[in-house]
Amino acid sequence: MSRPGRTAPRVWWPLIALAALTGFNLLWTDGFARLGLDDGVLRGPVVDVVRNAAPLVIIAVGMALVIATAGVDLSVGSTLAMAGAVVAVLLTGPRWGPVPAIAAGLGAGLGIGLVAGVLVSGIGLQPIVATLVLLACVRGGAQLLTDGRTVSFQDSMVLALASGHIGAIPVPVVVAGAWLVGLVALVRTTALGLFLEAIGDNPVAARLAGVPVARVMMFAYVVAGVGAALAGIIVAADIRAADPTTAGKAIELDAILAVVLGGTALAGGRFSLCGAAVGAVLIKLLDTTVVARGVPAQATLVVKAGVVLVVCVLLSDRFRAALLGGLGRR
Amino acid sequence: MTLRLLRSLSLVPASAWSLLAAVTLLLAIYLSAGSVFPWFMSWRTAATILDSAATLGLCAIGMTFVILAGGIDLSVGAVLALASLVTAIALQRWGLPAWLAIPLVCAIGATYGAAVGGLVHSARLPSFLVTLAGMFLARGVALLMTSEGRISMNRVPVHLWGSGVRVVGLTLPALVFLATLGMGALVLRWTVFGRGVRAIGGGEHAARLLGIRVARTRVGAFAVCGLCAALAGVVHSVGVGAGDAKAGELMELDAIAGVVIGGTPLSGGVGSIVGTGVGVSILKVIELVIVSDGSLSAQWAKIVGGGLLLLFVLLQRSVGRITKVWAGGRTDLDPHRREAQPVSRAS
Repeated sequence: MSRPGRTAPRVWWPLIALAALTGFNLLWTDGFARLGLDDGVLRGPVVDVVRNAAPLVIIAVGMALVIATAGVDLSVGSTLAMAGAVVAVLLTGPRWGPVPAIAAGLGAGLGIGLVAGVLVSGIGLQPIVATLVLLACVRGGAQLLTDGRTVSFQDSMVLALASGHIGAIPVPVVVAGAWLVGLVALVRTTALGLFLEAIGDNPVAARLAGVPVARVMMFAYVVAGVGAALAGIIVAADIRAADPTTAGKAIELDAILAVVLGGTALAGGRFSLCGAAVGAVLIKLLDTTVVARGVPAQATLVVKAGVVLVVCVLLSDRFRAALLGGLGRR
Repeated sequence: MTLRLLRSLSLVPASAWSLLAAVTLLLAIYLSAGSVFPWFMSWRTAATILDSAATLGLCAIGMTFVILAGGIDLSVGAVLALASLVTAIALQRWGLPAWLAIPLVCAIGATYGAAVGGLVHSARLPSFLVTLAGMFLARGVALLMTSEGRISMNRVPVHLWGSGVRVVGLTLPALVFLATLGMGALVLRWTVFGRGVRAIGGGEHAARLLGIRVARTRVGAFAVCGLCAALAGVVHSVGVGAGDAKAGELMELDAIAGVVIGGTPLSGGVGSIVGTGVGVSILKVIELVIVSDGSLSAQWAKIVGGGLLLLFVLLQRSVGRITKVWAGGRTDLDPHRREAQPVSRAS
């Protein structure tokens, strides 16, 4: 906010990286370019990557809003597991219909987001601590809900959320696209985006300037919570079961990585929702590439951790200052 | 008269109130547990609790240094797992003697911690982010090192260390925990490094003006944390007789909870190692109560731990404000208000 020129979305860098990685795959991964209509439905490795990336896109967009306020939400993985567990338990136990079950799952995410928002903006806890507490409590709650077991379910409407198609396009991609477009429209056509950036840049100045700080921060955490729940329902529908123990583990790192790759400043004050979405697709493509190259799946953890560190160092102000200083001296 | 009493009470730092609250809570829980389960009131039970608290306690001691310095370390659990695997490999596959293997593992942990600290300091990155990445790095390396996720140490008589050695009823892990606790408290209280750690947590700029070597101290705090986590990994692998790539999941939360419950606020600068020991003991006593009660599932321990952490963070903030009001001071200058700011940029 202090330097207006820097608030411009820098979605180009992740797009270039995405194009480069796609090009690499097109050249060296067998059959990556295969893309065709099968029964009026788009199929192919590229479609699979985008489809698998949909839950992460939904979470990363919410995370970008939270990080824009100079916060962070570490509880998204647990919220994802909780929403899946709620839907699965309600479908199998009291035999609720799909619509109320999905609504209850989203409601759980809304509730968790509200609690996080109250803890951070109302009480003033550090976001890391508040969401770390939620991470543990919500994960424990999800395990309690299902007795620690994996609950499988069969409901055609819920399953369609993962495997269905609208026209030629998979439903998760449509849902993620609608989520992204809706939020971008909401944030950029109203003053909300400006408020978020103002809070991230300097919460005290924002409050003095009349920004409703508590309500805007609450909005960010609630969006992150609902997004994580939506992603959780899609993930559960994808495997036709809710696994409260492993679902969504480590997804917070992926989401933060996607947000950072998308050009959002970790210190807050500058964010790009489209960048976060592109970053999420980039990460999933990276996963696919690593597996396609025959590297063991565990190595993706190491690769991603390395990428997040390198990107953060490259984006840090100190590094830029050092770089610019070095160039100036020459 | 009352006012004077309140004023003098306000001179007691908020962290001391918090430590007092923690000790009271520990005694209350222990005594009420003892009234339900009579066997709680024995030296043997206390020794068992100390034994089970050893790995978490070691992580929490290292975490105390980092939190005091104004940072946070989310990677202790993963470093513990990696260290337990390296211990198993060094003892079982390479056949190294223990006096060589254990310092080696500790050195790896300290080096890792120093690298994290260096990155946090030199690139001005938030420590939660660097250690979150470090957590996945360490966990990923641990998973890569073994295909089955476990390396058992059947060739090494480690079980003799786990249960064979007892001093006044205390097992070796408990002794290591207590010794590290004492050493940590001494280092923090009486060395230049320890004072520097508290000073940079209280205010980095002021610490620099006082002539404290900020870079060295911050890197040192993270190195101590890595060292303690590695030591916890050694203790863990000896305790279960195997290295385990999945060990210590979510342990960072318990470690942070232990530190905060023990009276070290997350804003850094003030706190104590002894308090951390008390905080960890509270968590372990609650866990033992939940397990021996039997009617509650083990997940409740996680939820209660998270809830306690929340309770104590809130308690510290309100106590800090109340004592300031008693002192006739301005609440808006309260150091605990710093928590109200979202993610600290200087951590």
